[in-house]
Amino acid sequence: MTTLAETTSLPQAGAAEDSPWRRALRRLLQRRGAMLGAAVVLLLIILAVLAPWIAPYDPIQQSWSLVRKAPSWAHWLGTDEVGRDVLSRVIWGTRASLSAGVISVGIAICIGVPAGLLAGSAGGWIDGVLSRITDAMLACPFLILAIALAAFLGPSLGNAMIAIGITATPIFVRLTRGQVLATKVEDYVEAARAVGNPPIRIALRHVLPNILAPILVQATLAIAAAIIAEASLSFLGLGQQPPAPSWGSMLNSAQRFLAQAPWMAIWPGVAIFLAVLSFNLFGDGLRDALDPKQQR
Amino acid sequence: MFTFLTQRILQLIPTLFCVSILIFGLQQLLPGDPALVMAGEERDPAVLEQIRKQYRLDQPVPVQYVYWVKGVLTGDLGESMRLKKPVSELVVEKLPVTLQLACMALLIALAIGIPAGIVSAVKRGTAWDYGANIFALWGISTPNFWLGILLIFLFAVTLNWLPASGYVGLRENFWASIATTIMPAFVLGNAIAAILMRHTRSAMLQAMTADYVRTARAKGLAERRVVLKHALRNALTPVITLGALEFGTLLSGAVLTEQIFTIPGFGKLIVDSVFNRDYAVVQGVVLVTASTYILLNLLADIAYVLVNPRLRA
Repeated sequence: MTTLAETTSLPQAGAAEDSPWRRALRRLLQRRGAMLGAAVVLLLIILAVLAPWIAPYDPIQQSWSLVRKAPSWAHWLGTDEVGRDVLSRVIWGTRASLSAGVISVGIAICIGVPAGLLAGSAGGWIDGVLSRITDAMLACPFLILAIALAAFLGPSLGNAMIAIGITATPIFVRLTRGQVLATKVEDYVEAARAVGNPPIRIALRHVLPNILAPILVQATLAIAAAIIAEASLSFLGLGQQPPAPSWGSMLNSAQRFLAQAPWMAIWPGVAIFLAVLSFNLFGDGLRDALDPKQQR
Repeated sequence: MFTFLTQRILQLIPTLFCVSILIFGLQQLLPGDPALVMAGEERDPAVLEQIRKQYRLDQPVPVQYVYWVKGVLTGDLGESMRLKKPVSELVVEKLPVTLQLACMALLIALAIGIPAGIVSAVKRGTAWDYGANIFALWGISTPNFWLGILLIFLFAVTLNWLPASGYVGLRENFWASIATTIMPAFVLGNAIAAILMRHTRSAMLQAMTADYVRTARAKGLAERRVVLKHALRNALTPVITLGALEFGTLLSGAVLTEQIFTIPGFGKLIVDSVFNRDYAVVQGVVLVTASTYILLNLLADIAYVLVNPRLRA
């Protein structure tokens, strides 16, 4: 029984040629939007990792002779209000944004998925308590809760990630719980229970692998939301602290020099837009590719 | 219907209880002595002692919670340290500004999102559909504070058509009020238009394959009539209820938008309080938004049942 469930759900080497994951991958590769999104995400990851070697200047090096210079050959995207190179800051800012996106969603998954598995498998009062907490958190608008948490934790990039991660958690709890309830009645889960598997083994070995797809889709879309949230918090001064570069805080200082130096406002915004757009595109494509209703 | 309503309202009680614990718990996250934080620059031990007494910080946390909830239930949300005013008064003062902004944003969102969704569903797979989908992706992916900055640059700095910031009340001067709020309302509405468009599109696609639409077509009705009278009517129900849930997006968006356009509403209140460490106001504002959201959720559910006879049983 166990092996049957596994071979149909996990992308194992030597498994049936046409596993669901493989089919999904093939469909994903055919989606131009998703592939474009994936390409931009890959590019951003490369920029973030190689920032010290790619960025032409030191992102926090100030220069009073270069204050608010328009884009030129020396400074492709111009300089900011204290003479720092905008291009270098945008490249370094990729680190803050991507890590905030990935780490905060990681936090949300690490808390949300086990909690959802527990709520869905255990039922009863455990489910009741977890569901009410989830409802309560979902009742607070995302950014407002994140701002409140970040404010009470104190302003720093790390705390912003924690705040965004906690705020994003209830979505994963609810999603996982719903998926668990749906798979609970499937034959293979019934069978696993009938042969006497303990509930925790059923949850981890039989249910979890089969609900990974929607969690993966949600995670991709949540990264997009988390990047916007980090930029928003940094814009308000509750995220990355100066002088460290972040797209959100760059836009904050740009707003004060709109008339004199509009280039300061353009590029960090373009960067946020591209990052969020590509995660959204990839997530949408992933959902379409993994959605079993779309099969055949 | 009655049992549904009572059940639904009874369900709210534990949720509201959790919300209250969550918001009260925020205070426990403050590093160090809360009295010291609340006192700000003040370091006089007598003042600290007085703050501890006034906010019952000298008592155990559960007791503090009970007092806090008692206050909330009687409309006492605490007092702003900075403005020396009751939080409830501040909320009542700032709410209409944000409501005006929210209503305008919703109107803009409906005016863009629903027609775009209809067109994209009816002309599925054509350039119209692609265009509408690109618009939706743009709306969902653009950070609204960036859009705000771009609009200020275009309409205020470059063209000089609209004021870059500030707010004029509706009753003071109607047109000036619209001029100060149209850009922020568009920024807020843009994101929601995208979401509404996606909901409308999928609801319309579903409705267009329904039997009653086939019947309407078979009767020989004009396509326009089939789409607008038969399909749209049925498709709009979920769209409207889902739209009501975007209220949270509106409020979240209002925080940054009001900040950029310096509009003295709810969003600016929460940001200003955060920076002035005016924690009672932060708690109060989060509590009011959460309760409003829960209430709207309830109303959306009721509306859904009311317009859907199959669920009324």
